[in-house]
Amino acid sequence: SKSNNVLGKGLLALLSRERIDEDVWDEIEETLLTADLGTDATDDLMLQLRARVKVEGSRTPERVREILGEELLALVGPDMDRSLATDREDGKPSVILVVGVNGVGKTTTIGKVARVLVAEDKDVLLGAADTFRAAAAEQLATWGSRVGVPTVKSDQDGADPASVAFDAVKAGVDQEVDVVLVDTAGRLQNKTNLMDELGKIKRVIEKQAPVREALLVLDATTGQNGLSQAKVFSEVVNITGIVLTKLDGTAKGGIVVAMQRQLGVPVKLIGLGEGPDDLAPFDPQAFVDALLD
Amino acid sequence: MFNSLSDRLSATFKNLRGKGRLSEADVDGTVREIRRALLDADVAVPVARDFAAAVKERALGAEVSEALNPAQQVVKIVNEELVSILGGQTRRLQFAKVGPTVIMLAGLQGAGKTTLAGKLAKWLASEGHTPLLVAADLQRPNAVTQLKVVGERAGVPVYAPHPGVQSDFEEVTGNPVVVARNGVSEARQKQHDVVIVDTAGRLGVDEALMQQARDIRDAIRPQEILFVIDAMIGQDAVNTANAFNEGVDFTGVVLSKLDGDARGGAALSVASVTGKPIMFASTGENVNDFEVFHPDRMAGRILDMGDVLTLIEQA
Ligand SMILES: Nc1nc2c(ncn2[C@@H]2O[C@H](COP(=O)(O)OP(=O)(O)OP(=O)(O)O)[C@@H](O)[C@H]2O)c(=O)[nH]1
Ligand SMILES: Nc1nc2c(ncn2[C@@H]2O[C@H](COP(=O)(O)OP(=O)(O)OP(=O)(O)O)[C@@H](O)[C@H]2O)c(=O)[nH]1
Ligand SMILES: [Mg+2]
Ligand SMILES: [Mg+2]
Repeated sequence: SKSNNVLGKGLLALLSRERIDEDVWDEIEETLLTADLGTDATDDLMLQLRARVKVEGSRTPERVREILGEELLALVGPDMDRSLATDREDGKPSVILVVGVNGVGKTTTIGKVARVLVAEDKDVLLGAADTFRAAAAEQLATWGSRVGVPTVKSDQDGADPASVAFDAVKAGVDQEVDVVLVDTAGRLQNKTNLMDELGKIKRVIEKQAPVREALLVLDATTGQNGLSQAKVFSEVVNITGIVLTKLDGTAKGGIVVAMQRQLGVPVKLIGLGEGPDDLAPFDPQAFVDALLD
Repeated sequence: MFNSLSDRLSATFKNLRGKGRLSEADVDGTVREIRRALLDADVAVPVARDFAAAVKERALGAEVSEALNPAQQVVKIVNEELVSILGGQTRRLQFAKVGPTVIMLAGLQGAGKTTLAGKLAKWLASEGHTPLLVAADLQRPNAVTQLKVVGERAGVPVYAPHPGVQSDFEEVTGNPVVVARNGVSEARQKQHDVVIVDTAGRLGVDEALMQQARDIRDAIRPQEILFVIDAMIGQDAVNTANAFNEGVDFTGVVLSKLDGDARGGAALSVASVTGKPIMFASTGENVNDFEVFHPDRMAGRILDMGDVLTLIEQA
């Protein structure tokens, strides 16, 4: 995933320079923009960087790059708590609600997370509250059987997603499982009725047990629309973490830097492929290194 | 969050109004705003750079300096350049002279291929064709079931000889190349005049899967290979479009999820780096949410200019 990255080459060329001239600054700016940081976050970073370089009297592009790495790392928040709530609390399972726009990898992520939890010897239940998309519940159930956990789903297409979520969480409470993972239909944040439906799903679940995690799944290829996704989804379900998927491709996922600035919610997990084991904890340093690679 | 380009340009133009002539500095300022708006719309950095340079060159030329209202003229140039890269006139589907017309879909994971297959099938059926859908994604869990449901909703038959990955069939045993080839034979036999082949999502950097896509293509010799791309994609649009262009040499582009609020600058990036036409827009999850692509609407959307003509009048 390193090869055809235009910017990588740019930065490399830059590092071989002796002095910091306007070209160096332009090159850095392009690196950030091309990683999807967006113009606002990029402008702020550039200002900060120029200020620090001036104060320090830094002379080499290498040092500038180092400082940039530090600033980025600070933005990503190296000290944030990125753990998932996966223990029972007050005699109730931990409910994890998974949300996001269409096709980002919600269902797949649930399969992968369930796999990790099973490996940790937890009792897990899946709830198929995507009753809309063709074969969505079957897809989740296939993941369930793949990793060896049961799935609660409705027999009929187009059932009320909130009531399926309710049934799943109720089953989880009754069976005293550790974690209930609830899959939801993909929805674009500008669709008010679908966002209202999501709010309802959460409220109905909470008649049974609190939603301990609301994970926003974000496709690493996402551009500036990620900001609008973060804003609206967090208004509706109070996001507790971001899962950045499809990082096995060429996209850097730089939009999470801007999202982090805006929301302050940490990226907790990353997706690195379509298989059950292609999930990893988010590593801020590795992420920043890849951004500047 | 960010001001729309119309706001920004209006502000820039306010200073220009009454000036009559644009100085190079005036043009520079305007072009900077345009570049920024393109970047905010997710147009790829190198594409935005070239675009801004082209606009600048024209803006400094005679057509602007001799115009009654130079600012208006700049907006007009921006719009014209955008529409021309986005394709000017839309291209229609190419049909085979003999035998069934084969349409293959390709794209990243989750781009909207399977959904599009249903939309395309329904639309073609409404135009008097007799399409057959072919389930050649044996990889994503329940992709075959998904296509079957989609086909049912579209009222179009689905050729699905292999169940793909399902709870009962965990291992991938079928061969998508064979399924695709047999799908075309099936269509010929049952006298369907169009075959739409749904394929698994794949990354541009996944050599093995890209080779598989090429193998499918070579086995079915499609008249059209449609590259489906999500309108929310950011700077990676260029890498991805180039990879698929080199990988399968697609013939047309479909922009999906245009019902969202993404600006969709990727449209400009893809069209400009591949030169391939954008043919359709996918605008929702339902089987009817599908349109022929309109370059002029897209131009206004990317720059958030709404009705460009109104803006030109205001300038
Ligand atoms: N390469 C790659 N593909 C992924 C990853 N995560 C998911 N996918 C693929 O992306 C596609 C969509 O994944 P889903 O899990 O169905 O996405 P979703 O968000 O549930 O989609 P909807 O429910 O339709 O909104 C599938 O083809 C997955 O195999 C990842 O980390 N890397
Ligand atoms: N809002 C909206 N959603 C869409 C559109 N097209 C597809 N979707 C949704 O996007 C998600 C992914 O669509 P699919 O058709 O499964 O995408 P795909 O490219 O076949 O995915 P893979 O086979 O996993 O690579 C689903 O939730 C679809 O309902 C669209 O134009 N608008
Ligand atoms: Mg899903
Ligand atoms: Mg598909």
